[in-house]
Amino acid sequence: MQTAMLFIRAFVVGGLICDVGQLLIMRTKLTNARILVLFVVSGVALTALGVYKPLVDFAGAGATVPLTGFGYSLAMGAIEAVNRYGLIGAFVGGITRTAAGITAAVVFGLINALVFKPHAKP
Amino acid sequence: MSRQPFTPDQYHELVSKLTPSSRMLRGYWRAFWVGGLICAVGQALTLWADTLHLGEVTSPMFTTGVLVFAGTTLTGIGVYDRIGQYAGAGSAIPVTGFANSVAAPAIEFQREGAVMGVGARLFTLAGPVLAYGIASSVVVGIAYWLIRGWVL
Repeated sequence: MQTAMLFIRAFVVGGLICDVGQLLIMRTKLTNARILVLFVVSGVALTALGVYKPLVDFAGAGATVPLTGFGYSLAMGAIEAVNRYGLIGAFVGGITRTAAGITAAVVFGLINALVFKPHAKP
Repeated sequence: MSRQPFTPDQYHELVSKLTPSSRMLRGYWRAFWVGGLICAVGQALTLWADTLHLGEVTSPMFTTGVLVFAGTTLTGIGVYDRIGQYAGAGSAIPVTGFANSVAAPAIEFQREGAVMGVGARLFTLAGPVLAYGIASSVVVGIAYWLIRGWVL
């Protein structure tokens, strides 16, 4: 039952965060790239303000999987690294905590580009 | 009895006013359920990671890594762009969409070469996202350092 609630919360919160993006796509003239940047920077800002961590505690992957969650990891990483290393930590923590995701995207992206031919646009 | 509620012109005006709104509702619904589903899959991966005892920091990395792998592979076989066509932000906003934004241009611009084609195009969208994401995290880190030094 508790596990079911975990999934429902992740589904609903994740879906709603995506709907914010959908709203921006349909109601504004923002390009996709701008929306993605906006989401990541918003995630960083909301985490710094202490708003995003409670959402992560509540919704789990529903808050960490959307790109705002990438911003959350960047900001949490920077803060934790400052606690450990002092000022230099601000330059260490963001990438350290997101290293797996960034590296996976680059390496798997590279492999895919070597293996697959371009597809016709749907 | 011959009272007509609408003239044909008014009728067409009404139709064109209402049609986009139902299209919009459909857009929100599609983004919601596809985006929600991807997050639910992420939740399943997180629970799986917990059973592997990966720890608080590495367990989200496992989830992200698997989702990114799925996103790039689905992009490679040409499926993710179809999902994107259907779901809009529902597939663009999750981290699988970030993976797609890395893989898709790299695959598309293969013929421009391995370095300036694939290598550079990997970062077509990831570049701005990483640049502003990393820069803002540094700002947060420095601000936190200043405030902490000030208060304590």
